[in-house]
Amino acid sequence: MTFFEDIAAGESIIVGRHTFTAADIKAFARRYDPQHFHVDEAAAATSHFDALCASGWQTAIVWMRMMIEHRRSLAEAAAARGERVAQTGPALGLRDLKWLKPVYVGDTIEYRVEVTETRVSNSRPGFGLMTIHTTGTNQNGEPVISFFSTTFVERRGACA
Amino acid sequence: MPTHYWEDFKTGDVAVYGPRLVTREEIVAFAAEFDPQPMHMDEAAAAATLLGGLAASGWHSCALMMRMMADGFILDAASMGAPGVEEVRWQKPLRPGTQVKLRATVLDTRASKSRPEMGLTRIRYDLIDEADETITTMTSTMMLGRRAPGTAA
Repeated sequence: MTFFEDIAAGESIIVGRHTFTAADIKAFARRYDPQHFHVDEAAAATSHFDALCASGWQTAIVWMRMMIEHRRSLAEAAAARGERVAQTGPALGLRDLKWLKPVYVGDTIEYRVEVTETRVSNSRPGFGLMTIHTTGTNQNGEPVISFFSTTFVERRGACA
Repeated sequence: MPTHYWEDFKTGDVAVYGPRLVTREEIVAFAAEFDPQPMHMDEAAAAATLLGGLAASGWHSCALMMRMMADGFILDAASMGAPGVEEVRWQKPLRPGTQVKLRATVLDTRASKSRPEMGLTRIRYDLIDEADETITTMTSTMMLGRRAPGTAA
C-alpha cells in the first residue's frame, strides 16, 4: 500500500479471485470450523444448505492473502522507484460482516475493495486509519460476502 | 442428534471454553498460509511494527474462536450457520505461548420471523488471556434449530 495521504475514499480495485474446491473447503473446516455441512458431503446434502459449502471464515480469510499480495506488489514497485515503503497494518477490527449466500464447491469468488473512509489516528499520530469495504461476488454475479475493516496506514513524513 | 436447540440459550447465559495454548509454530504457519505479513511471521520484523513483536494474525484469532466455539457447543447444537458478524475488535496482540479461553455471553434471542423452525441467538465472544484481558471480542448471531418449531414470532 501507499502512504495514508495517497489514499482517497471512493477508490476501488479488484484484488483477486478464488475458486473453492471440495478439498480446500474440507481442509480449512477440519481445522477451524468442523460443522457437518463444511466437512462431509453426505451430511451437508441433508442440511439446510443442501450441499457442502465453505466456512464463512474461509470465505473472508482467503481474501486476506490476496490483499497482502496486492500490497506487496505496490510496495515492490515503490521500492523499485527508490521510494520509501509505507508501513501498513495491523487492523483494528471489522464490522458488518455478512455472509449473504453459501459458497459451494466450484464457486469462484471475485473480491473487490473500496476505500470508504480515511482519518488521522488520535492514538498514533504517525498513522492514519483507512476503512475499506470488501465484497465477494460469485460467478453468477451474486454477492456472497461483505464486510468493513479498519487498518493503520503510515503517514508520509511520519517519523517511524 | 443435536443436544442443544435455540430454546436452550437464554439471555445472560455465560460459558467459558478452553484453555487452548497458542504456539509460535501455529501463529507462523497460519500467517504463512493466509496472512503472510512480517509482523505475524518474524520476530525482528514484527518488533519494528505497531504490534511491537510477533503476534498472531487477527484472522487467526477469529479462526481459533470459531474452533473453540465449535468444540465448546456448536457441534452439539442444532446449528444452521450464521448470517454474519456485527463486529470484531482486535484489542490486544495475541502473543506466542498464550493460554487462551473463550467466554461466550448470550446477549439476546429471538424466533425467526420467516422460518418457524429456526431461532436466532446473538452472542458476544471474548477471547481472553491468562490475566483475563480481552485479546479479541466478537459479536455475532447464530441460526439455531428449534426443539419445538413455533409460529412466527
